[in-house]
This record gives sequence, C-alpha cells and structure tokens, in this order.
Amino acid sequence: MTRTTSRPRRRREQDPTPSGTEDPEVLLGHYRRMLLVRRFEERAGQEYTRARIGGYCHLNLGEEATVVGLMAALEPTDYVFTSYRDHGYALARGVDPGRVMAELFGRATGVSKGWGGSMHLFDVDTRLLGGYGIVGGQIPLATGAALAVAYRQGTEVVLCHMGDGATNIGAFHESLNLASLWRLPVVYVVVNNELGMGTPVERSSAEPELHRRAAAYRMTGERVDGNDVLAVRDAARRAVERARRGEPTLLETMSGRLRGHSVVDPARYRTPAERDRLAQADPVARLRGQLLAAGVLTEQAAEALDAEVGQVVEAATEFAEHSPHPEVDTLFDHTHATPVPGETRRLPADPLFPEDQ
Amino acid sequence: MPVITYRQALRDTLRAELARDPSVFLMGEEIGVFEGSYKITAGLLDEFGERRVRDTPIAEEGFVGAAVGAAMLGLRPVVEIMTINFSLLALDQIVNHAAKIHGMFGGQCRVPMVIRTPGGGGQQLAATHSQNVELYYAFVPGLKVVAPSTPADARALLLAAIRDDDPVLFLENLALYNVKGEVDESAGPAEIGRAAVVRPGTDITLIGYSRMAAVAVEVAERLAAEDGVDAEVIDLRSLRPLDRRTIVESVRRTNCAVIAEDDWLTYGIGAEIAATLQEGAFDWLDAPVRRVAAAEVPLPYAKPLELAALPSAESLATAVRQTLDAVARRR
Ligand SMILES: Cc1ncc(C[n+]2csc(CCOP(=O)(O)OP(=O)(O)O)c2C)c(N)n1
Ligand SMILES: [Mg+2]
Repeated sequence: MTRTTSRPRRRREQDPTPSGTEDPEVLLGHYRRMLLVRRFEERAGQEYTRARIGGYCHLNLGEEATVVGLMAALEPTDYVFTSYRDHGYALARGVDPGRVMAELFGRATGVSKGWGGSMHLFDVDTRLLGGYGIVGGQIPLATGAALAVAYRQGTEVVLCHMGDGATNIGAFHESLNLASLWRLPVVYVVVNNELGMGTPVERSSAEPELHRRAAAYRMTGERVDGNDVLAVRDAARRAVERARRGEPTLLETMSGRLRGHSVVDPARYRTPAERDRLAQADPVARLRGQLLAAGVLTEQAAEALDAEVGQVVEAATEFAEHSPHPEVDTLFDHTHATPVPGETRRLPADPLFPEDQ
Repeated sequence: MPVITYRQALRDTLRAELARDPSVFLMGEEIGVFEGSYKITAGLLDEFGERRVRDTPIAEEGFVGAAVGAAMLGLRPVVEIMTINFSLLALDQIVNHAAKIHGMFGGQCRVPMVIRTPGGGGQQLAATHSQNVELYYAFVPGLKVVAPSTPADARALLLAAIRDDDPVLFLENLALYNVKGEVDESAGPAEIGRAAVVRPGTDITLIGYSRMAAVAVEVAERLAAEDGVDAEVIDLRSLRPLDRRTIVESVRRTNCAVIAEDDWLTYGIGAEIAATLQEGAFDWLDAPVRRVAAAEVPLPYAKPLELAALPSAESLATAVRQTLDAVARRR
C-alpha cells in the first residue's frame, strides 16, 4: 500500500502565493525561521574559514524549507534524530542559536558542552536526541526511541532525518522493517538533495525514487517538493498523524544543496547549469518572492526581518566567541554514567600506578 | 545455598529483574517462542508476554541499535545476541553509538542497556562460530564488559549490569552454561570493575576470566595435589573497567604470574595484563609473565585440530610449571 505522490521535482514557476488560506502570521513565522537557518549557516561557513570552527561542518543551505516544514509538523514532546547536517534542525526546533554556535566553536556553553561539535548537537529540552556523524547511525536509534514510546503507550512521535545516501546503508533497511513489523510511531525523512558528497543518487541507488523503497516494508512512501515549506509541513503532518496510529512513513523531500558537501568542498563536480538551476530553486528567495507578491510581506518589512535575523546571528556568534572553553579537568567527567571503582583518569604520559611513583 | 547451573542462574536473574522493574525488557532472536538458542529465556515469554520478551528478526544492527534508542528514552533493554560472533554485525551501533552517546553529548543522555552474548570455542562450530572477540568491546571507553565464570557471578554481575546506567556487554560462555555452583539468592549485585581472588595462594598468580578462570581454579587444585604448589587464582570478572590493583597486589606477593585467556595471544586481553604487571610489579617479578592463549588460526572444525588450538588445563599447567622452574633458577 505504498502511496506514491510523484510530483514534479521542482515547481518553482507555479503558484505565486503559497496556499491562499494560510494565516499570514504563520507564513511569516516560517519565513523568519528559514531566514534564520540561512543566515546562521552562512555565518557558520565564514567562521569555519576563519578557523574558529573545527572538524567537519555541513550546512543546511538549500534545505531551509524542508528543515522548517518538518519541525513545524511536530509537537514539543515529539523526538528528533538527525544526520550530521543538523544545525538548522536545532534552530527550527527552538534551541537558542547562541548555544548552537557555541557548540560549533567547541565551547562549554554549547548544546553538547563542546563534546559533540557541528555533527553532534543534542538538546534534552527540545527533545533533539542527537545529530549523528555515522551515515545512517541514527536510524536504528530513532526506531528504538519509537519502540520505547510504544512500550509506554505514549502518544509522541519520533522523526528521523537522513540524507539520500543513508538509504543505501543496511541499518536503514533493518530499521524500516522493524518499524513496520512492530507498528512504531516513527517518520523517516529522506532529504534527497541529489548527492551524497559527490555521488548522484542515480549512481548510488538502484531505485533512485527513494520513497518507493517503503514498498518493501509495506510502509507508506511519499515524495514532496522540499523547497515548498507548506508542502513539506503538510506531508510531515500527515505522516505524523499516521505515526501516532502506529503507521510509520518514509517521506522523501526534494531539495538542492547550495554549497559543497561540507564547508571545505568546492563542489567542482557541479556544472554551471546545475548551479544555475539550484540558485533558481532557492527556497528562501522563493518564499520571499511569494510573500511579497501576496502582500504578506513588504520590501520594508523584509529588510527589517533581515536586519533582525542578522542581529540574532551576530549575537549568537558573540556569545560563542565569549564563552569559555571546557576545562581540561572535566575530561573524564562523562566516561560513565554509573561510576566504577578505581576509574582511570590517566593522561597520556601518566603512570598506571601514580601512588607508587 | 541452592546449587544451580550457570544457565539457571541467568534465567532466574532475568526473571527476577523483569518482575522487579517494568522498564526492563528482553529483545533478541528466538528468545521468545523458541526460548533462546541456549534456553536462557525459557518460559519468560509465557510469563511476561510479548511486550517484555520481544522476538526480533535476524537484524543484529537493527535491534541492537533499537535497544540503544529505547535506553536513551529510559528503558532498560537486555538484548541477547545469539553468539558474540554475530555481534560483529552490530559493531557500529555498539561502538559508534552505545559507547559514545553519554560522552559525545556532554553527559546529557544515558544508555542503560545490556548485551548478553556467549563466546567460546570447543563445540566444533568452526571458524565463524567459535570466536572470543570480547577484546573488541573491552578496548572501547564508554562500554563496560563483564565476564562471569561461576553461577554466583552470573547472577551477581547480571544484576549489576541491568541496574547500571551504562551499556554493558555481558559475556557468557558456551562451555559454562551447564556448570553448577552455589548461588546465594539473597546476595546483592556485584560491583562492576572488581576482580576476585577466587583461590588465595602464595607461590604463583594465575589470572583468567570466563571459562579460563574456571580452568585456572581446576589447575590450581591439581597443582596443589600433585606438586604441592599453592597457586593464587584471580578471576578478572570485569574486562572494562579492569581491576589492575588486585592483579598487581597479588603478583607483588607471589612474584610470578601466568595469564590464561581463550582469545588470541597477539594484542589480546593477556597482553594488557602483562603490560600492567611490568609497570606495577616490575621489581617484584622473579620470572617473565607467561600467557596461555588460543593458537592464532581461524578455529578448525576437526576435533583434534580444535583441541590443539584451544588453551586447556594441561597447557596452563605446563606454563605454570615452566614459570615456577624459571623462578627456581633465579632464586
Ligand atoms: C558509515 C559512513 N560512511 C561514510 C561516511 C562519510 N560520509 C559522510 S557524509 C557522506 C555522504 C552522505 O550523503 P547523504 O546521506 O545524501 O547526506 P547529505 O550529506 O547529502 O546530507 C559520506 C559518504 C560516514 N560519515 N559514515
Ligand atoms: Mg544527499
């Protein structure tokens, strides 16, 4: 019973106004959040090139409508697991941008106290249960979280975000099978940005219409335009409703990756035509244009919003910059949740038996 | 005190913990209707129902990862992996996820889960079904690895593992399931990370875990009877954390040691113990520390080859006698 809503992959030319019935305040809220993700990610890219952010740094540029649409479909009590491309999800979930930027800066005030970095954001309050750096690693975890919800007969739903490349990992298939077999309250979202690093979906997935993989697990599969925030939100809402009834969904969102795989990737494998097409489909510019055309937003208000969001990102960056680095004497604080006798707190040159020295 | 098998001790403990704590549940292949490949979960499905005793498809990575996710939400899953060989399919979820989640997220999330799994060769199951790869897990900070060798410890360490807030790999052993011993049903959980001096002695220290700890006790008794040697035996019980203190203190008294392990020699558990002894008891040692370990081959099926490859009471006794000879030459 796979329901496949095969939509055109991009439909930016049509409907100048997003769903006429939508409350203007809601539309503005979505736009503001998308803009926040956009500006935050642009800043993260800059800070990375200034070497104030280390490690790998993957941005949600081009994914803003998907990020905001998905998060808008959830209740505060629902759970979210994501891939390493996670900054936007934390922001859209309502995590303080300062704490997100501080994590990228590796500071003690970061969401993961400087232990996780860009790829591993975690926040108990908003139930963001982690970004995960191992491709597909979050899929069994999210499935297990949904199992815990079902075990307790709870009404929460788990949303599990992943990239297109992750659908080729064995854990994806094992997890979808378990979720369908056990009727778990989970929504798997594949953000299809057409690439896993430099490899196009067609060269990595024998069934490149990824939502159709749901059929193998008798699960609902649906594809939606990931550049359309309302389409994403509404598809996610339907999926969430099904999940609350114990019917998992595989939701595929189609959007572009505006930059390289990570900040250091110049993406030379992309043709100028491709880059053009991506710029044309830019979800933030598109929504801005639609809101202006519909009179929901004026040029003046748009500029004010730009300035306000710019301020938020500036303040977040300042907060990160002025936050303390973690103290080295906290290095062994999180080895175990339940302490053990004679716990080793040994630094590289320390003797095994310091008391005998 | 009742005398029961290692298998029975495991089963009784699982049953008692299921009854005690509603957040404890079991998951694994064939643990319900089939009652477990080694019948550790016999009768538990009937008693506790499918919600608490969940049969899974053959998907080690999927269900071990699901246990990690359920533990992140506060449940206490106890998963059974049919044998430790199959845990390799779940390596990513164990090493890259279960072991990392507490530390990598700055201590915000606990993973209170247990992976029960038997290791061990000697059953003519050939190369893929006879491995002792507990070292892979004992190597990883964030995990705990315990390995009981007696029915009493099977109970006490399983209680401790289930009640612990970290992921614990609980190593069982095919050769120990039918071993009998006294079990005090009123005793509390063991303390994870403590070795036990299971036989005090003065002449030499034998160090082992799981099956080889039991073999070491047998060898010590035989040497006492045949050679008048008084060997001390240490059962490690916990491979991570490792109780280095107990090992070193013993060897500082006996001045020599032999390590017995079912895993392969090179880079094995014994190598870590030997390194610990040279650092902690260098001035006390009267002979090189010897290791008795499995031959470095994929374990063969044919009985004579399998027997030759695995450490035994005979091979351990030989190494002990050679070590005592070396000590005598020195003194
Ligand atoms: C198991 C594993 N293999 C390889 C990698 C290296 N790697 C990181 S991201 C990536 C591509 C993933 O692409 P996709 O799932 O489409 O996500 P996207 O980056 O497009 O969001 C690869 C191969 C990894 N992190 N984990
Ligand atoms: Mg991709």
